Amino acid sequence: MTGAQSETVKQTLGDPRLQLAIYSATNRLMTHRAGAVQQDRLPDYQELRTHANLLKKHTIDHLDYYLEQFEKNVVAHGGKVVYCSDSQEVADFVLSLAKERGARLIVKSKSMTTEEIHFNERLEKHQLEAVETDLGEYILQLAEQRPYHIVAPALHLTRYDVAEIFSKKLGVEKEVVIEKQTMIARATLREKFLAADIGVTGANFLMADSGAVVVVENEGNARLSSSAPKIHIAVAGIEKLIPRAQDLGVFLNLLGRSATGQPLTVYTSFLSGPRRGGEVDGPDEFYVVLLDNGRTKLLADPEKRQSLYCIRCGACLNHCPVYRKIGGHNYPWIYSGPIGAIITPQFHGVLKDPWLPFASSLCGACAEVCPVKIEIPKLLLTLRQEVTAAKQRQGAGGMERMAFRIWAWLMTHPRIYLMVGKIGGPFVGLLPKVGPLGKWASQREVPKPAKTSFHAWWKQREASK
Amino acid sequence: MSVKARVSLFVTCIVDQVFPQVGIAMTQVLERLGYPVDFPPSQTCCGQPAFNSGYPEEARTVARHFLEAFRDAEYIVVPSGSCTSMITHHYADIFGKEPELAPRVWEFSRFLTDVAGVDDVGARFDGVVTYHDSCHALRELRIKDGPRRLLAKVQGLTLREMDPAEECCGFGGTFSVKFPEVSGGMARTKIDSILKSQAGTVVSIDSSCLMQLQGVIDRAKLPIRTMHLAEVLAAR
Repeated sequence: MTGAQSETVKQTLGDPRLQLAIYSATNRLMTHRAGAVQQDRLPDYQELRTHANLLKKHTIDHLDYYLEQFEKNVVAHGGKVVYCSDSQEVADFVLSLAKERGARLIVKSKSMTTEEIHFNERLEKHQLEAVETDLGEYILQLAEQRPYHIVAPALHLTRYDVAEIFSKKLGVEKEVVIEKQTMIARATLREKFLAADIGVTGANFLMADSGAVVVVENEGNARLSSSAPKIHIAVAGIEKLIPRAQDLGVFLNLLGRSATGQPLTVYTSFLSGPRRGGEVDGPDEFYVVLLDNGRTKLLADPEKRQSLYCIRCGACLNHCPVYRKIGGHNYPWIYSGPIGAIITPQFHGVLKDPWLPFASSLCGACAEVCPVKIEIPKLLLTLRQEVTAAKQRQGAGGMERMAFRIWAWLMTHPRIYLMVGKIGGPFVGLLPKVGPLGKWASQREVPKPAKTSFHAWWKQREASK
Repeated sequence: MSVKARVSLFVTCIVDQVFPQVGIAMTQVLERLGYPVDFPPSQTCCGQPAFNSGYPEEARTVARHFLEAFRDAEYIVVPSGSCTSMITHHYADIFGKEPELAPRVWEFSRFLTDVAGVDDVGARFDGVVTYHDSCHALRELRIKDGPRRLLAKVQGLTLREMDPAEECCGFGGTFSVKFPEVSGGMARTKIDSILKSQAGTVVSIDSSCLMQLQGVIDRAKLPIRTMHLAEVLAAR
């Protein structure tokens, strides 16, 4: 964490209220998850993880096939599939559709994919109002902040923060009772649902064999967003595909449990095409925007491709001791925590935030809870190697590289290693690097090298035999 | 009594230079159990610092040196889950295949429980102890019950779990100096868990975690002792 980054990290670490908010929220999510996957409640949890991993691997390895199948089936239901390579193309599509239909207001349900492409900001520039309808996202939209967490976007805000935000932005009395705050949001949002021209949702899964979009949620706002307005647009990354409807059970069993400890979320919507004759609700038009935005770059690498298996449950964030310290906003992109640390460098290039793959103690807690078994620590190590290699190509990072060369030389010359050890302790080879002893000492006492090394002790012992 | 196989100690660079008493304790425990112990003198480090920092070439160089130093060993016993895992799990990543000696490498506590087949090594230690699960031992080597079984058999020792025992201490090798504030914060959270357990001693099978924790304990002048499992098991 360099420059300003490290200052904001220090601020986060030094804010006891924020630390408490992060800790209690992630603790709660961890406890609930642990309960929901324990042996007597989900006996085949580990088998499900393996199954989910294999299903994702198969789908990602044959993505071209499943994309075509999905598109064919969406069209058969009367919907349309729009392929977009980046955020500009998504904005262009939505803007031209809105213009043709005379649309002014968009209601949105929670979607990390639209966060990824700054959907709202792009549309606002063209006098299109996009309103977040997930409670957490709505609060953040009012507060003009980005999500703090993949699943719990306003995890860092207390009800007192929310009272401030509502009072300032909605002109209501300061209200600190959560149920009443919810009613305030509900009253505003109901109006928006009824008036909206277009509803935009994300997608949790796209079922290729049935051409259906699956959206899971707890508040019912995604269901309203996809059914109340005349037009429904689902924006999804291309990696959201699964082959068959019968595979869905594997993922639904894992997603809610891993995210919040729920066996199933409150709402699971299956959206396949516009309203047909005889149906009482549903939109007149149904679009699925399939977004690349860099995903095909990840497909090219057979090892790192597994990053696309992610089903965005957020369990790796909750279990990450680094995320639990620095929170979501100190990560450079909207995807934070361990999953953010592996996908951000792949989307943006390893040199944009070269510190990111190193901001981990490699404790492995993330991989242990990942429902689709992404090997996060292994990918972090691969990315670290890519960072050092890329720096070398640019002629940067020379000091550190030199330090490790000297260190490696020292470690392969035991006599000199022992001599140096006698003089200055074991890590002397690393000293010129970044003054690590100073950084160590900023937080804790420096260990004193032993008076006699084990090598010396052993030699003495052998000699006295 | 049958002749026991020879055990070669790989004490790791950190134990060699900072915590030699851990290597000495390990030697005592193994010899008490009747194992002939030797110490290949050309040993240095397993190569993990370079590997974890993104320098596979330098890691490979040091790893080759390790393999050469221990070429003829029957059993290689290591007082560290992290260094053991580097050899048994990650050498395969840097060499493209698992080295021939990997199955002969044993983390100390697992050697006792799985090879020597003992839980009770005849130790005595008076005090309340809590066990810190070091991450690579726990999640890569799947070591959880073994050290607790060994501790439970120590006379005079009361084992008390902290909540959570499984959260990282924040060391993470070069992570501890690249991100000192975050690493220090993680250590302080861990220390809070230890304090809440009201144990006077925290025990681990990795000296690097203990170095991290001891540094924070000393800075805050807290009445907690850090001890490697080998030191507790050598105590009488």
